[in-house]
Amino acid sequence: MSARPGVVAVFGRLDAAVAAIESLKAKGYANYRVYSPVPRPELADAMAKKESPVRLFTLFGALTGTAFGFFYAIATSLDWPLVTGGKPIVSWPPFIVIGFETTILIGALVTVAGMFLFAGLPKLGRAPGYDPRFSDDKFGVVAFGGPAQLAEAREIFTAAGAEEVKDV
Amino acid sequence: MATLAAPAPPGARAETPPSYAETNRDIIATLRPPGRKYFIGMAFVLAGLAFGAFCWAWQLRFGLGVTGYTPPIFWGTYITCFVFWVGIAHSGTLISAILLLFRSGWRTAVYRTAEAMTVFAVMTAGLFPILHLGRAWYFYWVMPYPNFRGVWSNFKSPLVWDVFAISTYLTVSATFLLMGLIPDVAAVRDQARGWRKKLYGLVSFGWKGSDREWHHFGRMYLYLAGFATPLVLSVHSVVSWDFAMSIVPGWHATIFAPYFVAGAIFSGCGMVITILVPLRKAFHLERYVQVRHFESLAKVCLLTASIVAYAYATEFFMAWYSGNPFERASFYNRAFGQYWWATWIMLTCNAFIPQLLWFKKIRTSIKSLFVISIFINIGMWFERFVIIVTGLSHEYEPWQWRYYLPRWPELGIVLGSFCWFSMWFLLFIKFFPSVAIAEVKEALPPPGTRGAER
Repeated sequence: MSARPGVVAVFGRLDAAVAAIESLKAKGYANYRVYSPVPRPELADAMAKKESPVRLFTLFGALTGTAFGFFYAIATSLDWPLVTGGKPIVSWPPFIVIGFETTILIGALVTVAGMFLFAGLPKLGRAPGYDPRFSDDKFGVVAFGGPAQLAEAREIFTAAGAEEVKDV
Repeated sequence: MATLAAPAPPGARAETPPSYAETNRDIIATLRPPGRKYFIGMAFVLAGLAFGAFCWAWQLRFGLGVTGYTPPIFWGTYITCFVFWVGIAHSGTLISAILLLFRSGWRTAVYRTAEAMTVFAVMTAGLFPILHLGRAWYFYWVMPYPNFRGVWSNFKSPLVWDVFAISTYLTVSATFLLMGLIPDVAAVRDQARGWRKKLYGLVSFGWKGSDREWHHFGRMYLYLAGFATPLVLSVHSVVSWDFAMSIVPGWHATIFAPYFVAGAIFSGCGMVITILVPLRKAFHLERYVQVRHFESLAKVCLLTASIVAYAYATEFFMAWYSGNPFERASFYNRAFGQYWWATWIMLTCNAFIPQLLWFKKIRTSIKSLFVISIFINIGMWFERFVIIVTGLSHEYEPWQWRYYLPRWPELGIVLGSFCWFSMWFLLFIKFFPSVAIAEVKEALPPPGTRGAER
């Protein structure tokens, strides 16, 4: 991935970065990447991304957790049948607490696993075009593609008001 | 410890919002090598912790007889501390998760501190059920695991619910804290050099702040907040059921769950104020942690103090109104019996003193807030002492009534627990940004918009 030729632009202003993304999209670019120190709704709107599939992981994890909690409490109660307080062996009201806690525990952990999977973390190598300023106060847009596309991207970035444009 | 740039002079241009770069610089500056005061503080903390460890060793060697336990009072200072520390944890999750869902802007400056406090408080609380065991090395028996004896834990017992609630809480709140730290640790990495850069790079999982990362991260963070919100309400409810599911007069009440949750948030916000006041001064964070943040915390304290005061009133009223002689005797004993002093400390610190927060002048005075927050910490510790010890010391049979006071090994362990908590906190503030860099920036006008032009 690091071998991909591209052009990176450094923006000091959010609106300039947004303008660059919009022009890239208008020209039909799909292969670009944006770095920012904070998530901004302006950037997200300009990129118009699809809903993150992390939410399906959340749902799946939570339902697994509920099923696991109830199963565990019921199965172990049947395995060691001990009558307490004259209540039935499988007495579901107290098991709600167990099911509730495991819903949250497994749901939360699977959600985090989903984020790591979709965001491509951990990513300990270099990222093309990344600059330490992008975690400080600059926004970065990287365009990938063939020579003709990159020449066009370079023009778009300069027109949008990039502070710096360079090859990666 | 990672950097470099000098911090802004205290109070510099407090009226204008800081820029992204200033935020980055000022907050990362808190990680610079600590001074002498820090090490002196750390030495005191470690000495206290060592004394606590000695007390525990003493108790293990000579048995629980070295504590003040007098049958039937087997839940004393340790369980008081357990509930106290779990309670302290709660406001961290309130501020980081519930206020995130409410899109409450003031949380950004204070939530990292509160969330770190949550994790360390649960780590402290989790020690106490083990500390109060006579044979502490068997603590794992409460965990349901396959074993030779074919015995499983009793899932109908609130004590087992507690194991599930507390361990889930510790896991989820630690996850929440670590996930929130990822972008900030990446920002620290980018300002660091040498082996520190590598280490912070590893801890940040190689975070680069790309659109793809932020996209999924934002969703994940929102859902974690969504999980943490019902979790925090459930944890202290489950803790309260350790008491309320029994039939001890003074414990067996349906009000316990909401009453405990409100008390937990109250005590936790008090502790956040107690921690933030010196932290802000030591790190010159006046531009980020402002008086209005303290005022908001004070308002949460006022609200929850009033809920707690209402719960006290309801408890006394219901004891009278129920007509149950045991319940009446228990509450008469609480206010005027042998533990009257503990009850009145509790009422004064929790119900009366926080009413001063109705006055804006007091809410916006850091000094008076600090003093009030100390009273809140004391009062909430005594609330748990009152509930546990007066309940057990005055059950049904008059010949069983006893008087319990903690002995020195217990007090040593209480001191040790505060030092254990402080040790983690002192380590945290020098290794990780104690104010959320990315979230503070998020609340600022971004460069290139009208608010940021200067």
